[in-house]
Parts: sequence; C-alpha cells; structure tokens
Amino acid sequence: MLLNIKNLNVSIKGKEILKGFNLEVNEGEVHAIMGPNGTGKSTFAAAITGREGYDITSGEIIYKGKDITELSPDIRANEGIFLSFQYPVEIPGVSITNFMRTALNAKREFEGQPPVPAGEFLRKMEEKKKLVDIQSKLTNRSVNEGFSGGEKKKNEIFQMAMLEPKLAILDETDSGLDIDALKVVANGVNALRSDDNAFVVITHYQRLLDYIVPDFVHVMYDGRIVKSGGKELAFELEEKGYDWIKEHVDNP
Amino acid sequence: MSLSKNKYFPLESSLIQYYEDNQKDLHRSCHPKVKTAREEGLKKFEEVRLPLSNSERWRGTNLRKQYEQNFHIGDEKPVFDKQINEIFQCTVHGFDTTTFSLLNGWYYNSGERIQTLDDGVIVGSILAAQEKYPEIIEKYFNEIAADSEHGLCAANAAVFTDGLFVYVPDNVSSNKAIQFIKMINQDGEIMINSRNLIILGKNSSLSFLHCDDSINQHSSFLVTNTEVFIGENASLDLYKLQNLNNESTLVNSTFVKQQRNSTINVKVLTFNGGNIRNEFNVNLIEEGAHADISGIYLMDKNQHVDNQINLKHLAPNCTSNEMFKGVLDESASAVFNGYIYVARDAQKTIAFQKNANILLTSDASIDTMPFLEIYADDVKCSHGATVGQLDNDAMFYLMQRGIPESDAKLLLMNAFLAEVTGKIAIETLKVSIEDMVKKRLRGDLSICDKCVLHCSVPDTPIEFEIDLSKI
Repeated sequence: MLLNIKNLNVSIKGKEILKGFNLEVNEGEVHAIMGPNGTGKSTFAAAITGREGYDITSGEIIYKGKDITELSPDIRANEGIFLSFQYPVEIPGVSITNFMRTALNAKREFEGQPPVPAGEFLRKMEEKKKLVDIQSKLTNRSVNEGFSGGEKKKNEIFQMAMLEPKLAILDETDSGLDIDALKVVANGVNALRSDDNAFVVITHYQRLLDYIVPDFVHVMYDGRIVKSGGKELAFELEEKGYDWIKEHVDNP
Repeated sequence: MSLSKNKYFPLESSLIQYYEDNQKDLHRSCHPKVKTAREEGLKKFEEVRLPLSNSERWRGTNLRKQYEQNFHIGDEKPVFDKQINEIFQCTVHGFDTTTFSLLNGWYYNSGERIQTLDDGVIVGSILAAQEKYPEIIEKYFNEIAADSEHGLCAANAAVFTDGLFVYVPDNVSSNKAIQFIKMINQDGEIMINSRNLIILGKNSSLSFLHCDDSINQHSSFLVTNTEVFIGENASLDLYKLQNLNNESTLVNSTFVKQQRNSTINVKVLTFNGGNIRNEFNVNLIEEGAHADISGIYLMDKNQHVDNQINLKHLAPNCTSNEMFKGVLDESASAVFNGYIYVARDAQKTIAFQKNANILLTSDASIDTMPFLEIYADDVKCSHGATVGQLDNDAMFYLMQRGIPESDAKLLLMNAFLAEVTGKIAIETLKVSIEDMVKKRLRGDLSICDKCVLHCSVPDTPIEFEIDLSKI
C-alpha cells in the first residue's frame, strides 16, 4: 500500500478540523475526495505535505510503509509526495526554469544522484511543456507572477510532470478553469497515470471527474470521510447535492 | 552650547593637529582653488565639528565611539613597488576594466601619475591634475561639495591626501569601464580622507566602478568626497562596491550636478562593513535630466549601513528613481533616508522612491524615512517603504517541490534583491554581482584574516545560479 492514513486528527490553532480521517491508497489508483466547503479537504492536503501550523494531534500517515508525520515538507516532497496547489504562490524574481532545475536537483541529491546535465534538463522541459500546452516564453518568467488562473494550474501540472511524484494530490485543480483549460490539465494528468503512482483529486464538482476518471470517490463531511464508493458516487452526489450527505450523516 | 560640545573628541583634535603639522605639505604646489578649499574646510570644521546623532540627518548613525578612538590621520605615501594585483585581487571576475587604485589614501599606479587613455579619457591623481589641468580644477573643484553641511566633509576638504581625477572630454564614449579600487593595508588604526572629481563633457559616457575594500582586519575610518559633473546628454553608470571588514567605518559622500538630458545610474552594493554611510546629493539643474540611485545592502553581525539620498529636482521635466533593498541578519541595522525635493518651477517631475527590507531576526532593525518635499503642482511622485520577513507561503511552495529550507531562503532573498541587481547594465558585472550576492547570503563571501587574495575561497557550485535561458 502506498498511503494509509489512520484515524488522523488535525487542528489549526487549537481548532479541530480533521476528526478521525481514514484513507487507503494503492499504486495505480485515482481517488477523488469531494465534499462541501469547510469540511477539511484542503487541511488533509496540508497535513499530508507537512505544512506548518497544522498540528497532528493523533493518528498516523503511513507512506511507503513509514510514518511521515515528523518529516519536513521538502523531505516528504523528495519522497515523492506532490501537491498541486489550489492557490499557486507567486514568486517574483525566480524563473520557472531555475526553480525547476533547483527542485529537480534537490530530488536527485536526495536520491544520491549527480545534478541533471543541462541538455537533458532542457529536453525534459520541452517535452513536459508540450504535455500541458505551455508556451515556451512562460518558463522564463517568474513563477506564477502575472499568470492567468489557467496558466497557474497548467504550471502546477507541468511541475508535477517534471518531478514525477509517486503520490500527487490535486487540490481543486479545476477551480477557475474554463472547459478548454480543464481538458488540457486533465489530459496532462491522464498521461502521467501509471501503475506505479497514485492520485488524490480534491474537487467540489463532478465535472473534473468526467475527464480524470477516478477508481474511488470519497465524500468528506465534518473532518472525515463519511461515504466511499466507485465513480458512480460522484454522479449520485451531483444529482442529490451535499444536503443528501448531511442528512445521511446526521440521521443515519 | 554644552560643555561636552566644547571639549574636542580625540579625532577632532587629531584632525586639527594634522592640518597644522602638515600645512606645508598639504599646500605644496597646490592650486589656489584647492588651497582655499582646505583653509575654508578647516574653518568650517572648527565651527560645525563632527556630526553627532542629535542632528536630524545623523540620528540613525552614531559614530561617537569612532570619534573617541586615536586614529592615525593619513599615512606616508607608499612607494610603488608591487603591481596592484599582487596585493589585491578583485572579487568581480571576468569584467574587463582599466584599473586605478588608491592605497592607504594615495594614488597607487604604475606609469604616469595622470594619463590620457586610448579613448581620450583623462585619468590620474587629483594632485597631479592640479598641475596639469589647472583650468579644469579651477572650474569644478569644490563647486558642489562645499555645500555639504557636516564636519566630516569639511575636514575632508582640509586634510585629504589624494584621490582620483577623471575627465571625459565632450563627445567621448569611454569604451572600457574604469575600476577604482581603494584599499587599506596598514597595521594601525588609520583614518583616510580622499577626494575624487569626475567630469563628463557633453555627449560623453562612462562606466565607473568604485570599490572600497579592506585587505586586513584593522580598524579604519575612511572618508571620501566625490564630486560628479555630468554635462548635456552625457551618461554615467556609477557602481559602488563595498566589501570592508567589521572594524571599518566608511563615510562616502557623493555630490552630483546634472545638466540638460544627462543621466546617472548609481548602484550601491554594500556587502560588508562595520559602519557604512553613503550620502548622495544629486542636483538636477536642467531639463530632461534623469537620476537613478539604487542599491542593495546585506548586513549581519553588528554591521550598520546608512543610505542618505538628497535628490533635488530644480528644473522641469526631470525624472528620478530611488530603489534600495536590504536583507538584515543577526543584530545588523540599517537606515534609509530618501529625500526628494521638487522646486516650484520643476513641473512635470516624475520621481519614485522605494525602500524594501527583509529582517531575518528580531534583533535586526531598519529605520526608514521616505520623504518628499514638493513645491510644484504638476508632478508625479511616489514613495514607499516595506519591512517584512520571508514570505511563508512562498517558502512552503518551494519546500513542497523538494527544495530544502536553507536553499529556499537563499532563492527568495536572491529574488528579492534581483529587482536591483538585475538592472546592472554590464552583463559580466551583473553576473559577478549576482554571484557575490549568493555567496554573501550563503556566508561564503569573506574578508580573509591574513590572506592577501581575499577572493581565494573556492567557488562552490550552487545549482540555481545557472541561467538556462542563456544556453
């Protein structure tokens, strides 16, 4: 098993957000996590990537057989966990090219490999840019600075393609995308799917799941997963709305 | 006047004593203009004395400790026996310049004491210029520096030993940058006063790199006055590189007068130094002049830097830009005082001013005072100051991509400073400076204790410095 989250409780500034969260993910699987606003979907993403300020009060995050709750964000990243941010951060003065080269070499150093040769790096950049239809000029610009919503999300998927993670968490990658950009992003993700990696797709809407077809759908409510099923659960949810879930939880 | 004001500081006594003891030497083959400047400088010094932090312009910088020290004023003129590159090697690599130097306050070069370069630029000792170009000295010397208000400038006029003279004739574009290295290599505690004069004729241009370096760890007090005249349509790029030891005090006053459609681009790059004060007094006296005064400072330990800009728009249609950015670590402190004055008839002035700081610790401090004084009614002016820490969201974003915390910090600090360093017009210099910034941030830029070649620290590769857009 790639990821096994057991009874995870997470609080922010003393306020409990995740309450007994459980999730199992195997290699080759795509999981979708859906649910209304404020149920802890992004908190799950932050906790698994090690963001400061998210206190794990109990439970375990077992990744590749090890509990990673004490590891720093960069170590988790180099172990293969990638987060596509809901709101990608603008970093003026750092070009995407230099950023990616630094990140890729950090990963290689972590794995005991020498830095990537310039030629190989450039070829890889070109190849992955095509995957998500990124203009060449964009990578010479500062990270996310002045990018449109669509460009930011494409850039996230581009970075994912460059770093080839084992476990990718896509946090509302569909928000702010028009249908064309959504297709590009989804195609990029589908091209990267393999038997060796896994995806957890966090979304509000079923729409994205038309393009990135999940193996499992989980519905979150009040800090935990309350219902799991196959991809048909997403359709049911779309049809009946989140009130159906609330009712289901409140009056079992 | 209080009693303590009446009592001389040891440094004040030493300066006056030095003048009296060395009058004959100071006035030897002296141009009348210089003689007058020395006499009046002393008179003014006795009147205004050394600047104290109770005056508005000095409230962020207190040099009382230095005034109490027994500095040896000036030094014997060194005999030229070693090529400059035998005592010093520049940290700026691969930058093709014509180099001139001042060792312990004296012009120190092989060949003639004043010479005309292939491109027509005249460069040499300011003492030699008095004899060879008296008419230029007559026209320019002390024409703007005399306006300075504080005692260190006045004393400098009285007792300066030597300095650099640069004259770019009309219509001459200097084809090679001039690098001016000022070094201190002396065993005792020394005070050095030097005086430079840079003149650009009509339609001329020059790149000038002014480096202040120490090559040992002794205490020193350096006072430099530089007068700069920029003629019509002329353009000067002036880089000031400061890499001094922690025991050094540097007060660098630059006085600029700009004529019609002239340009000055200043980059002040402060890497190291105990106490550094940079003063820029810029006067835009005719229409269409442009001044860009920018800088970075990277201080740590108990280092202190004070940048004082006094920029005067005295004619219509002039533009100016001030941008200073700093990173302060440990107990370092900095002062920024950007003052822009727009005269009543300086309509259509465009003036921007910005000071941004990153404080890495709670002990570091910045005192920033953006300031505009505007008497014209049709102008576009703005000022702003920011003080902050590194952006936590950006740090997490970088670390989520696998970049370790220390490298992520470096990347962000470097990016923060790139707004200034990225605008260095000479590509090779830009690359060198950006490299120095990275080394400084990483703690690898050293002022060696005993080593003569202070750039001998082996280059450690750092991956993000490779700019692949250039391949």
